[in-house]
Amino acid sequence: MSETLTIFERSREGRRAFAPPPLDVPEVPVSDLLPESAVRKEPAKLPEVSEPEIVRHYNALSKKNFDLDAGFYPLGSCTMKHNPKLHERVAALPGFARLHPLQDPERAQGALELMWRLQGALSEISGLPHVSLQPSAGSHGELAGLLLTRAYHEERGQDRHKVLTPDTAHGTNPATVTMAGYEVVKVGTAPDGGVDLDDLREKATEDVACLMLTNPNTLGLFDRNIREIAAIVHEVGGTLYYDGANLNAVMGISRPGDMGFDIVHFNLHKTFTQPHGGGGPGSGPIAVSDRIEPFLPRPQVVRRERSNGSAGEWFDFDYDRPKSIGRLRGFHGNFGVFVRSYAYICSLGADGLQEASETAVLNANYLKALLGREEIAEHLPLAFDRHCMHEFVLSGRGAKEKLGIRTTDIAKRLLDHEVHPPTVYFPLLVDEALMIEPTETEPKERLDHFADAIRSILDEAKDDPEVARNAPYTAPVRRLDEVGAAKRPVVRQPL
Amino acid sequence: MLDVIGVESLDEIFRSEVPDEVRLDRPLDLPPGMSEQDVNDHLRGLAARNTSSDDEISFLGAGMYDHYVPALVDSIITRSEFLTPYTPYQPEISQGGLQVMFEFQTAISELTGLPVSNASMYEGPSSVASAGYLAKLETGRRKFVVSRGVHPHSRETLRTTSVGCEIVEAPLDDAGATDLDRLAAAVDDDTAAVFVQQPNFLGTVEDLGPLVEAGKRTGALVVCAADPLPLGILEPPGSFGVDVCVGEGQSLGNRLDFGGPSFGFFAARESHIRKMPGRIAGETVDAEGRRGFVLTLQTREQHIRREKATHNICTSQALNALAGVIYLSWLGKRGVVELAELMLRRTHYARDTLGLAPINPGPVVREFAVRVPDLDELFTRAREAGINPGYRLGRDYPEYEDGLLVAITERRTKAHIDRFAALLQTVAA
Repeated sequence: MSETLTIFERSREGRRAFAPPPLDVPEVPVSDLLPESAVRKEPAKLPEVSEPEIVRHYNALSKKNFDLDAGFYPLGSCTMKHNPKLHERVAALPGFARLHPLQDPERAQGALELMWRLQGALSEISGLPHVSLQPSAGSHGELAGLLLTRAYHEERGQDRHKVLTPDTAHGTNPATVTMAGYEVVKVGTAPDGGVDLDDLREKATEDVACLMLTNPNTLGLFDRNIREIAAIVHEVGGTLYYDGANLNAVMGISRPGDMGFDIVHFNLHKTFTQPHGGGGPGSGPIAVSDRIEPFLPRPQVVRRERSNGSAGEWFDFDYDRPKSIGRLRGFHGNFGVFVRSYAYICSLGADGLQEASETAVLNANYLKALLGREEIAEHLPLAFDRHCMHEFVLSGRGAKEKLGIRTTDIAKRLLDHEVHPPTVYFPLLVDEALMIEPTETEPKERLDHFADAIRSILDEAKDDPEVARNAPYTAPVRRLDEVGAAKRPVVRQPL
Repeated sequence: MLDVIGVESLDEIFRSEVPDEVRLDRPLDLPPGMSEQDVNDHLRGLAARNTSSDDEISFLGAGMYDHYVPALVDSIITRSEFLTPYTPYQPEISQGGLQVMFEFQTAISELTGLPVSNASMYEGPSSVASAGYLAKLETGRRKFVVSRGVHPHSRETLRTTSVGCEIVEAPLDDAGATDLDRLAAAVDDDTAAVFVQQPNFLGTVEDLGPLVEAGKRTGALVVCAADPLPLGILEPPGSFGVDVCVGEGQSLGNRLDFGGPSFGFFAARESHIRKMPGRIAGETVDAEGRRGFVLTLQTREQHIRREKATHNICTSQALNALAGVIYLSWLGKRGVVELAELMLRRTHYARDTLGLAPINPGPVVREFAVRVPDLDELFTRAREAGINPGYRLGRDYPEYEDGLLVAITERRTKAHIDRFAALLQTVAA
């Protein structure tokens, strides 16, 4: 079987895995319990497959995935660091995994204490005093941040309608601006890779609600003018939003709150080791300054003193928040992710987190230096030549012009070297961009191997660019027709 | 490594790049690191201070349910190949994850009766809110009419995130179903979407036909939030002509996890596919003509269209959706009917046996609401008996101050229900 069947194609009438619990109540006909119009006429055509065949099916599919435990995964902006195995074990403890979200808080004290402690740690790491764990992912945190900004300005009677985003911003930033009912105003990038201050001054007007910024930015560069940027925006009354996607570079080194930001989101699935799951779950808590705090989503996890005279404290949900923007989702956020991230913070502690960021920066600069050697750099020049933080961006324009291979060809050929390609074609202002983030959990040998792989791809292209253009060769499939897929979308199996 | 970089120390990099005025000049004020076994024990200690659904007979539901998660779900979703990759931006080495998305979309499409589904949303209530956003994009209108039978968290999330929109709630009638006349009266030419839920928050099986008709009268989209398990026996929302069906997927093979992570789903009529939120996997062929799968219609998405994207969602809940499709494969075509029928019969048995005044006396599945003379007394006595009686409706519904919402799953047996009934006898006495 060269081609994997779908689970629906494996279905054979009458096969099954599930044995229902015995019916222990009267077998009242369904027609006595439901009106005819409500009863399903055609059963949902779910597959009919035995347990061993379901297991084989999904095991076979799993083998068609490249994953972080299989090899180097320097996907820029995604922080593909090791996911410690302990975390899966503790997250699966029945006291967490089988805990109902509406359990009486008195009977969920361990869970609430964990959330409260995680809030405290995230507050300290970000330098901002108040945390909400509710948002489900980074983009959800961004939406929360702009809704908080809106509530803040509205309370002050101000109607502001613009949000500034640099042209290097993650796509989620401008998309969030639109969803929150604001208009995007783009700010340019200076020759050193930071925000263009003149452009910012010009665009920072009294109708600006917020500036959304990533620092280090998506070029992997720390914006050295960050205090001035903050001052410019605060002077016109705007808030500053910190996209925490790149927080892995600065834990214990520099804090968004100290830079002047009002709102920060964390990607627990990046910096704090939640496994990415092939596209989630994530979690996107936010930390905010005092002036934003009244508007935080509800409920908030709080610690209360016992009022009945008995000693000690207890943890509770606080719903009594009259200025709150309200809920962003059901229940309390992705608690299972909190367990893993809290375990990570406990494991590393203050020194360990700082060392993680330092090592991430060391690894990125080392790999940047390896790839900066002339035989590579003439084809893949650095987009901005200065020390980077946790990631850096190369341009594939040299390879395109001199070798006739594009960034996508390099990425596809890397698949044959058993490394995951970097993020490609982002940020948009770099021609043929390759965005490389090695993370702190890679040893030197993996970085060396990556540089060797890049060198060999370029060397090979000098002889025959067709090799890269037709790659990959060792993946489960060859290049896929994405244009055709979008033209006539087939998004479900006809049954 | 420093030699290769060309610096004396790592600090040289930080000194040149991070200005002193924003450099943290002290260690983080956090405890020191711990050994693995100490972290393990610390977390076990915290977990032990929670009363889980293993520790009591729980009738608590209200959006998340104590269903049995089969062992094969755990076994498959903890494989590194599913657990640790990123979103499948490189399809050639992500065919496993992409095919899972395609299978998931097919299963959701079957359950909801709608032709297109995305590959997952964050969770239930934010999916409801996202359906509102789609309706706003599609109609250009800014008013939502929402049945009070829709989950309170969904209604609140819709209110939080729908900037510049008016939201009108349609009340429930005396039988705990959406009041058709009041809903119809609220729908006008400005209405972008009408929201109902099946079964509704009280467990009432709504009569969707007339509600959909009333909702569509002026060209609004009709959004139905649904619990996917009862859809095993309930006529799918798509058959009634709803435009969008969304919902919370926890009941499909996902654990309670104190409220997350689970997944949301989002299915719609074909005409909405180019404005839908989230990842969508599509079938295609590779250079040798073999079938393969890719993320498709990405021109809807934030990483391509930026401020013109139809939603900002990026990371969603792929692993939880995988658990969902494994679970549905495990149940299978007949199992999903058998399980839903079991829940239906036990729900009605429980309502009859508990003998409390029902708020929704009509057809119910998986949940029902009753009035309890002294809820405080019941909760005190129930706790002593190791029973969690359910959810107090007064928190969200002032009109049901004495209301209790009781949830039934395949894990709540006749014996459990009878024990609950016996407890009620002693409370009454």
